[in-house]
Amino acid sequence: MESTPLVRAHGVRKSYGRTEVLRGVDMTVEQGQVVCLLGPSGAGKSTFLRCINHLETVDAGQIWVDSKPVGFRLRGGKLHELREREAAAQRRAIGMVFQRFNLFPHRTAVQNVAEGPVHVQGVNRRQAHEQALALLDRVGLADKAGSYPRQLSGGQQQRVAIARALAMRPKLMLFDEPTSALDPELVGEVLEVMVDLAREGMTMIVVTHEVGFAREVADHVVFMVDGAVVETGPPSQVLDDPQQPRTRQFLAKVL
Amino acid sequence: MALPEDVPVVPLRHWGRWVSGVVILALLVGLGSAMADAQILYEDVPGFFSADVMIDGLVNTVVLAVVAQAAAVVLGVVVALMRRSANPVARWVAWVYIWIFRGVPVLLQILLWYNLALVFKTISVPIPFTDAHLIDTPTNALITAFVAALLGLGLNESAYMAEIVRAGLNSVDPGQLEAAKAIGMTPATTLRRVVLPQAMRVIIPPTGNDFINMLKGTSMASVIGFLELIHAANNISSRNLEIMETLLAAAAWYMIVVSVASVGQYYLERAFGAADRVDRGLTPWSRVARSFRTPPTVRS
Repeated sequence: MESTPLVRAHGVRKSYGRTEVLRGVDMTVEQGQVVCLLGPSGAGKSTFLRCINHLETVDAGQIWVDSKPVGFRLRGGKLHELREREAAAQRRAIGMVFQRFNLFPHRTAVQNVAEGPVHVQGVNRRQAHEQALALLDRVGLADKAGSYPRQLSGGQQQRVAIARALAMRPKLMLFDEPTSALDPELVGEVLEVMVDLAREGMTMIVVTHEVGFAREVADHVVFMVDGAVVETGPPSQVLDDPQQPRTRQFLAKVL
Repeated sequence: MALPEDVPVVPLRHWGRWVSGVVILALLVGLGSAMADAQILYEDVPGFFSADVMIDGLVNTVVLAVVAQAAAVVLGVVVALMRRSANPVARWVAWVYIWIFRGVPVLLQILLWYNLALVFKTISVPIPFTDAHLIDTPTNALITAFVAALLGLGLNESAYMAEIVRAGLNSVDPGQLEAAKAIGMTPATTLRRVVLPQAMRVIIPPTGNDFINMLKGTSMASVIGFLELIHAANNISSRNLEIMETLLAAAAWYMIVVSVASVGQYYLERAFGAADRVDRGLTPWSRVARSFRTPPTVRS
């Protein structure tokens, strides 16, 4: 049986002033798939990712997540723009992990993780705390529950950030260069958590420069240049036997 | 060249500290003897300090300052949020509000409010489409000296608070807003749970500074006959002509109240800085004690 894809994007365009960052991006992500977005910096990978949970508004085209139009409500055959409060509700099903972690510095690790469940979903405090501790355990940080972000290493902070996103029980996880701000020796611990997550069947879209991770985990690799998708397919094809000269150039540089 | 071992080390001598200490001590002695010769009836000061009218003035000063500052904080947050609003009308209104209330001297604002009855005999707010009024009172009954002082001081301060709060809000990393959005927080919850707690570190020090100013600024309410500390001192000295003695008593009260406020500010700052410092550091008392024990060292 063919199910509807979890994420469908078509013709997504976005400009900042005169610079066109996305020039009509199409993408489909099936339930449980891991998709890696690769490409040189300035290709629009992060911008596209941020459009998926409406951190950026698109100028043209549409993105549908879980059969709902992102940032809009379908009523009477028309798409009505959502208020910020309604857009917030829509984002709850989409977890996001940032390059610079963006943990709440005034709260401990466990408070960071429990923040969403308590203050967004209205889960009772004790239950949310228990769940937060379990999630910290899952990312290997059970002993850091009471630490403030500034007392943690970059890798630890990023793992807390992943736990914080998971606490909302998302259907989709977005990773925006999750290891780019880390010291090289800390990259592995974060990728490990992400690999586990992928194995458990989480649908993930990952903007990354970690070609090794893409090869090991991705079902699909999307190669973007200058705001457009240049090449797409399984990693064995895009990474090992690229058809497009731009893809080959890029891979020759990063490998 | 062989390196000599066990050569005695002579620490740097701090002659400047001794010299400046002696100079200051001499100046203090001179000032002390001058004050002792001055024609001030020091023995009367404690009596003025604890006089009933002075205590009334003290209470009124503190109440006016606290209420005006509290109103200014609330209004300031609202105006700051308006200035950052996506709504251009709100932004413009906030800008004009700050422009006006920051532009006119406080004393003049107090006088304007107090004399409002000269131009408006009654203050009435009609309820549209009915004959009823929400408020309908003679201006003189509504605008007492306290209310006029409260409006003058509070509205002026709210314009400054708006700028202080805006600076605080601007100091929060935009990544924090994105993180809050990404877990589906509404704008109101984001403000309350994420932005304001972090903005407080930037907001509290200048607010404490402003509150101390506010405590002393209440003295301007004396011109419209509000019984604060200076008015109380004048009350006493108009009978016995001991102007300096009563003013010294009032000055002592100001110093005490301001000192208490400074200590309060210090502990408030410590409380909101919790996440910034692993080591919360020493309190002033332990720092003073330590400075007597060990020489100052270079901290990295």
